[in-house]
Amino acid sequence: MSQSYRLDNVGLINREKKLSFKFNGVSYTGYEGDTLASALIANGVHLVGRSFKYHRPRGFFGAGVDEPYAIVQLYRNGETEPNVKATEQELFEGLEAKSVNCWPSVNFDIGAINNFLKIFLPAGFYYKTFMWPKSFWYKIYEPFIRKAAGLGVASIKHDKERYEHKYEYCDLLIAGSGPSGLASAYAAAKNGARVILAEDKARHGGTLLTSEVNIGNQSGKEWADGIISELKEMPNVIVKNRSQVFGYYDHNMLVMSERISDHLPKTKKFHPKQRLWYIRAKEVLISSGSIERPIVFGNNDTPGVMLSSAAKEYLKVYGVLVGRNPLIFTNNDSGYETAIEFKKNGVNPIVLDTRKDPQSEIVDEAENLGINIKFSYVVVAAQGYKKVKSADIAKISDDKEQLGTVENIKCDCICVSGFWTPTIHLASQSGNKTKFNEDIDAFVPGTSKQNERTLGAANGSYTLDDTLKSSFEAGYELSKKITNNDNKISFPNVVEKKSTTHDKFWCVPLPEGKNYKRFLDFQNDVAVSDVEIALREGYRSIEHVKRYTTLGMATDQGKTSNLNGLQLVSKIENKVVPNVGHTTFRPPYTPVSIGAIVGREVGKHSKPTRKSPMHSWHEKNNAVFVDAGVWLRPRYYKQGNENLFEGSKREAKNVRTNVGVCDVTTLGKIDIKGPDAAEFLNRVYTNAWLKLPVGKARYGVMLREDGIVMDDGTTTRISENHYHMTTTTAQAANVLSHLEYYLQLVWPELNVNVVSTTEQWAGAAIAGPKSRDLLQKLFPNLDVSNEGLPFMGYMEGDLFGAKARIFRISFSGELAYEVNVESDNGNFMWEKIMEVGQEFKIQPYGTEALSTLRIEMGHVAGSELDGRTIPYDNSLEGLLSKKKDFIGKRSLTRKAFIAEDRQKVVGVVPLDKKTSIPEGSHLVKDSNAPLPNPKLGYISASCWSVEYDNPFSLAILKDGKNMIGEKLFVMSPLKNKVIPVEIVSSHYVDPKGERVRS
Amino acid sequence: MLHIKCPYCGMRSQNEFSYGGDATVKRPELNKEVSDQDWDNFVYNRKSPRGKHWELWQHISGCRQWIKVERDTATHEIFNTLKANEEIL
Repeated sequence: MSQSYRLDNVGLINREKKLSFKFNGVSYTGYEGDTLASALIANGVHLVGRSFKYHRPRGFFGAGVDEPYAIVQLYRNGETEPNVKATEQELFEGLEAKSVNCWPSVNFDIGAINNFLKIFLPAGFYYKTFMWPKSFWYKIYEPFIRKAAGLGVASIKHDKERYEHKYEYCDLLIAGSGPSGLASAYAAAKNGARVILAEDKARHGGTLLTSEVNIGNQSGKEWADGIISELKEMPNVIVKNRSQVFGYYDHNMLVMSERISDHLPKTKKFHPKQRLWYIRAKEVLISSGSIERPIVFGNNDTPGVMLSSAAKEYLKVYGVLVGRNPLIFTNNDSGYETAIEFKKNGVNPIVLDTRKDPQSEIVDEAENLGINIKFSYVVVAAQGYKKVKSADIAKISDDKEQLGTVENIKCDCICVSGFWTPTIHLASQSGNKTKFNEDIDAFVPGTSKQNERTLGAANGSYTLDDTLKSSFEAGYELSKKITNNDNKISFPNVVEKKSTTHDKFWCVPLPEGKNYKRFLDFQNDVAVSDVEIALREGYRSIEHVKRYTTLGMATDQGKTSNLNGLQLVSKIENKVVPNVGHTTFRPPYTPVSIGAIVGREVGKHSKPTRKSPMHSWHEKNNAVFVDAGVWLRPRYYKQGNENLFEGSKREAKNVRTNVGVCDVTTLGKIDIKGPDAAEFLNRVYTNAWLKLPVGKARYGVMLREDGIVMDDGTTTRISENHYHMTTTTAQAANVLSHLEYYLQLVWPELNVNVVSTTEQWAGAAIAGPKSRDLLQKLFPNLDVSNEGLPFMGYMEGDLFGAKARIFRISFSGELAYEVNVESDNGNFMWEKIMEVGQEFKIQPYGTEALSTLRIEMGHVAGSELDGRTIPYDNSLEGLLSKKKDFIGKRSLTRKAFIAEDRQKVVGVVPLDKKTSIPEGSHLVKDSNAPLPNPKLGYISASCWSVEYDNPFSLAILKDGKNMIGEKLFVMSPLKNKVIPVEIVSSHYVDPKGERVRS
Repeated sequence: MLHIKCPYCGMRSQNEFSYGGDATVKRPELNKEVSDQDWDNFVYNRKSPRGKHWELWQHISGCRQWIKVERDTATHEIFNTLKANEEIL
């Protein structure tokens, strides 16, 4: 039975191109232009899944974004994607999809036993049942529910597809290309505005594709096609299909997801799969249309029960019959349009109209066509399990309370129309105060907060003439306001059938003695009885009812269920709907791929990678790199089969005995100039700066206003009014902002300029007892003796033709220098240092050796200056000037900061001199004390001391000053370690600092 | 995403800026006695108003200027922006 429900001459699909696809392992065919849903229906497949809670059979309910049932697991080009709506997924050659929520198969689902147990699974069942005992939750309840629930499986593989982000600006963003979207876009574009017109479906035109209307002597579709092709040619217009504007954010920023490749068997080379557009629009026109509302009746979730508008769309767009024996159940004129389409294609529908005696052109037309219409009739219940087989129908009293005798009639589908619900999501997201429109029983946009306007059906306007007129007018007006142009286009003549009012009937009463499930929310199996329970149990706010019953949740977000839920609550509570209110509409309107949100910022691209000018040298010389903020730095230079521990030990030892060179380009550098620069530094740093002579460097510590250490580094006076500041790698950007804050806002009277020069200078630290000999060879014309270039001295020189700055500063605690050259000369400098350093047994060293050297010297760094410590804690109190004020000084007199037993940095050595101490471990007095064991401090940094050849750590310890010599325990529950240790001075090596001055 | 008018660069997106807190806080003068209460008010105590709020933003990915922005904390409406050296009236 190949496509036996396909009509021969109807539809917009491309019959020239046949496509084969698989659903649940069975092969079918469809056509180009089909959705997965339309192709399955063409093949007579109506069972596509099982419901979330009761595992009841699920078919198709809609034909687009509102679909609550037909959620499938999609397989495409070796990848899998969950939560795909079959009604939105376009067919491509080789498409494969599977049902979700069923095991072992959609036809025989063990979980369907829940359906027979449904009396035990009412609203709040999970909340009530799984509350206790607590320990059962993780072990029993949660794994069981996980297995039984869920809408598909996310792939755990890396997504190979590419997703892009795009930023765009426009005068007018128009969301939706139905009649109002097309009319407003056309009027605005003709008036010179920059327009973006977005359509979520593949085809433009919206309801014009399915309705029998005439615009300017053309059919609706012809008119739409003409407008679109003209718009596409205009340079001031961007027309996008397969693009959903899903979020309306502050200041008219809207986000749209464009599905570029989802409809293709595989993404074309260099193409993204999806593109996320961030659009800043001067004005927004929302023409998102409306979604048909169901009428609630017994077993209304049976496959074959669907929206009447969806049945019409399947017929007119895809040439597919949803049934051969359709029953149409309506409370308004829309149902008749579907009935007439069936009739025109040789199918005899039966129409049940809840109205007693509607008078309108379209009802007359249906009667004239000989369609069987029963007025004041309702569907009481659908019959059939996996597909509708018949319907129980009955006459209903004028007050809609009493049912007549129930009779059963044969049918294979029930097309429901309970009137229309405007799609107000975007308007509501924008902050628009929605209002209730009694005429259409639905909320429509009210007062705008941002520059937006809602048009057409989304605004509750259901005649084409009104819609087109107001949309032409809106497009013209807004574009005139923005462009000052005045080109008004003439309005076409519109012919449409007049309709009459709908019947405010939404829920069929239960017949005597029957207890059918009447579903409100199809995706979450929320029935009328569930909402009744919630209200009986005291839930009043619609937001609480939603969360307790799950009404309106999950991937369809209640697009077809929200209003009927409100009707029910208002009826039980005896309130009018506007007093019940609606739940908050939040973005996204429809699910968006995580990949699209992340865009290109994946893996290594999640942040920029910064490399020093010497990076290629490091690479060539077997550097093992480590991420240091956004920088890549050599951790150690691997020789042979060395591991990190062996390599870094060798490098650190070579610094202590010979000379090493380390790439310090990553240090933050800030150039400071101006007559008040000295005064500024004096306020920023805790120590005195006014008397620093030209050609000298000084170590400085800066605080935040709350007294916490912010950063440390050296600053050098290059000339009278010119300083060169260094910061730590991590704080470089923050320190610059900090300085700018004080210069621009607090002390604007200071004549000082600051600018980052981190990238302008390449830096090499040369450290070790032989570093002066090396430096002399690099700069043979300079006097670099201890007198010529003393500790904390500075001079400028010429490094084989490259201008160089030489600082005698040390982080390693050895005799050491830092040489800076302009970045372009960085590699040249490095190669020269390595070449000349040969005879002094120079070796490059990485960050691991750098850490070892500073830790055993007791130099504090980022792990101690961690945003929680004050100068005293880091033994930096000697740098606090008593004579002058500085940033943060006043805070240092706070009670906790001057406490006698204040924490302080100390050294820690294991008693066995062998066991390495994990960083982050805690220090305790008694390792066997009952929990919670009082914590005295923590290990901030650990190394293997190359000086003494045993482990050494720094710790921040309570009353550290008086703890030297104490024996404590280091505990690391994570590593399951208890290590007896002795507390020693943090200055483990060269405590008097003689080497740096030698 | 907010759209902020930098007094130097014009309308720019929020992702070019970083937030800097209450713009009406005045740092006590250097070398002056400050009571504990006044210092605490400067360092820690901030109002969290619902409604209009003058606040600092720095145009870090632009001109690097600190600017003053009057924003409604509930609706995100921005009423006014000033240069650092312009007084809030």
